[in-house]
Amino acid sequence: MEYVIEMLNIRKEFGTFVANDNITLQLQKGEIHALLGENGAGKSTLMNVLFGLYQPEGGEIRVRGQKVDIANPNVANDLGIGMVHQHFMLVENFSVTENIILGSEPTKYGITNKRDAAKKVQALSEQYGLNVDPYAIIEDISVGMQQRVEILKTLYRGAEILIFDEPTASLTPQEITELIQIMKRLIAEGKSIILITHKLKEIMDVSDRVTVIRKGQGIGTVITSETNPNDLASLMVGRQVEFTTVKGQAFPGEEILDIKNLVVQDYRGVEKVKSLNLNVRKGEIVGIAGIDGNGQSELIEAITGLRKVKSGTIFINGKEVTNMKPRKVTESGVGHIPQDRHKHGLVLDFPIGHNISLQTYYTKPISKSGIIDYNKINDKALQIIKDFDVRTQGPGELARSLSGGNQQKAIIGREVDRDPDLLIAALPTRGLDVGAIEFIHSRLIEQRDNGKAVLLISFELDEVMNVSDRIAVIHDGEIVDIVTPESTSEQELGLLMAGHTGHKESQDLTKKGEDQHVE
Amino acid sequence: MSNRVTNLLVPIISVILGLLVGAVIMLVSGYNPLEGYAALWNGIFGDMYTIGETIRQITPYLLAGLAVAFAFRSGLFNIGVEGQLIVGWFAAAYVGVAVELPKIIHLPLAIIAAAVAGALWGFVPGLLKAKFHVHEVIITIMMNYIALHVTNALIRTVSDGGDRTENIFASASLRSEFLENLTEFSRLHLGIVLALVMVGVMWFILEKTTLGFELKAVGFNKNASQYAGMNVNKNIILAMVISGAFAGMAGAMEALGTFEYVSSKGGFTGIGFDGIAVALLGMNTPLGVIFGATLFGSLKYGALNMPNAAGIPIEIVEIVIAVIIFFVASGYIIRLLLLRASAKKKEAK
Repeated sequence: MEYVIEMLNIRKEFGTFVANDNITLQLQKGEIHALLGENGAGKSTLMNVLFGLYQPEGGEIRVRGQKVDIANPNVANDLGIGMVHQHFMLVENFSVTENIILGSEPTKYGITNKRDAAKKVQALSEQYGLNVDPYAIIEDISVGMQQRVEILKTLYRGAEILIFDEPTASLTPQEITELIQIMKRLIAEGKSIILITHKLKEIMDVSDRVTVIRKGQGIGTVITSETNPNDLASLMVGRQVEFTTVKGQAFPGEEILDIKNLVVQDYRGVEKVKSLNLNVRKGEIVGIAGIDGNGQSELIEAITGLRKVKSGTIFINGKEVTNMKPRKVTESGVGHIPQDRHKHGLVLDFPIGHNISLQTYYTKPISKSGIIDYNKINDKALQIIKDFDVRTQGPGELARSLSGGNQQKAIIGREVDRDPDLLIAALPTRGLDVGAIEFIHSRLIEQRDNGKAVLLISFELDEVMNVSDRIAVIHDGEIVDIVTPESTSEQELGLLMAGHTGHKESQDLTKKGEDQHVE
Repeated sequence: MSNRVTNLLVPIISVILGLLVGAVIMLVSGYNPLEGYAALWNGIFGDMYTIGETIRQITPYLLAGLAVAFAFRSGLFNIGVEGQLIVGWFAAAYVGVAVELPKIIHLPLAIIAAAVAGALWGFVPGLLKAKFHVHEVIITIMMNYIALHVTNALIRTVSDGGDRTENIFASASLRSEFLENLTEFSRLHLGIVLALVMVGVMWFILEKTTLGFELKAVGFNKNASQYAGMNVNKNIILAMVISGAFAGMAGAMEALGTFEYVSSKGGFTGIGFDGIAVALLGMNTPLGVIFGATLFGSLKYGALNMPNAAGIPIEIVEIVIAVIIFFVASGYIIRLLLLRASAKKKEAK
């Protein structure tokens, strides 16, 4: 078998920390080879070694059978290795062609020759069915299209081996389908692909073989057609993983959250939430299913006091909190796992310990008459880090340097630890691997079983289906239907989310056992 | 190379490099750098008198540096320290001249007047920033001009058309017989004690109080602070008010210590602007401000001796001083070079 790339027994250390330990990855010509591992397992480190950004402490790299020393990314480029980064490296206000030639501009008498470059870009785009306009400006084109520009960039530089780093993280389902087609086209044209991901579904869909790494260790390589998502997940996490979250029956009690005729505008004055009614009871998880941008963000911001309500009322525990300050809402017993953990959830340049006390720093016992006892902040941080399995060097480490999953665990720890009557979880598992997702789901269910109300907002249908006791479907700022997971299907939810109401049979089905049905 | 060694080496190498380049400039201009630096040294540490004067010069830099650093830590760029200092200077001098009270009341009253005046001058840009999102840099620059000309007009009014006030009453003065005797009758005054106490106050606010926790959080991430229930607008205004109070006190140092009066000015004092460099040299930490202010104050005062003792024209002196400060501020480059050198050594092994 011909290998285009062999990474044999690679070892990479950072100080005393071993990021890659004895990892072997062999890429055959013309295959899509998935590299699977949890967040922080060492996937990116391994690829940065291949791309010449890090020098390994042990092992060797062979390209087409020849032992090579990849001292920097230029060497990788010359060897025909190209990387499609997760966070695009594009100049927003440059054209597609300008971005592609950036760094190796073809010149004639010292003047860049953009027209020839654009022709070459056009030809490549057609050859691989990428459908990219060489003259389009980056900020005008969609995220999916920007990713294709990244792909073109590597092809333009003559890459034979393409590394895709978490390529679907920011794509819509439609764009993901297109990307998979593009990858298959690349293979058909003789390229080889390494796909870094922790999404099992994608691996099953596109890859030929999978190399699994766990906590920096190479676990092995398996053939995709001979495995299944369950086995892959266990290989990746190191134990059996439950996909369908186990949960007992819900025993809902009295109403905790009660929203009536809520109207909320966005910053341009457009009504994003329109006369919305919703309630959440003790001991139940209500999932809000909907397509991004249908008023979910505005709804949460209105409940938590971050955005003014135009009209309507919000009651928590029978107390009106409409248009109250965020702190008052928090103190009325609301916990909030925000949608954007970097923007709202964390002060990234604060130590993780400070972040864990972000809403309690002013209360006893941490503070007395305006003076903070930082030992108490430290103690609390240690407790949360332990209880919620936050992997960090300690409370003093900056939040910025934790991996996404661990940042999220710290936020969830912080919110759950305050024992709120209502927990709002907005996209709590975005970008996380199966192990972390399982952990977070079980924590949400634990809150429910402790008699708390949980409001879950998610764009992932299987998450909504698995975790919720009731599902409220939001479309264009209104709750168009409330269903139970047992009585609905992903297809039906998909239709409701897209605004297809009035299906008689589905309404009959969903009305069963429901008293809060909203017309 | 260990971190601690690097941290120690960086400032030392920076200063030496700065001195070397300064020496080249003096050489090229036809002056003796050794004489020049001897004059600089003597101008800073020559005798008790110069030491006293050097410390006196450091005092307002300390407070101006604290003012800038405090605002920076809350995510605000207070360029208005100059104006806040000027109104503080006037307020302290006015209280010092207008009434005569027992010292125990008069002196604190004059200092508080300066702090309040500075705070008020900081409150306006803080309020505009919080309520209308007007950038504080624009407002504070404009407030500097307003401060300069308004105080000039007020000085003329209170001095019946003169260009300076009377000397303040002794009961409002920071001068101390003990310090004067110690330093051969330099103008060193008790303000240095107040300035050092304020360094402690800034440290305490930032590192120990809930207010400091909020200010830093708002400085780093306004969205997360708002999410966590902090009042972002209140914190912005408060940061500017406290920063302005520090700056006002820097003015009080001049009014009650160095000059004991206030005179109308043709232009800015420069102390407030140098405060930006002091704060940045000190990485916006209270201890760092002590370092930055000491460097600035010493060089500024010591340089005055170079034209007299070594015959170097003041223009060249100012370039040399600027070069030294420039190199200290470029510590980052030196750090990088050190890291490279140690990495190479490692590879060679």
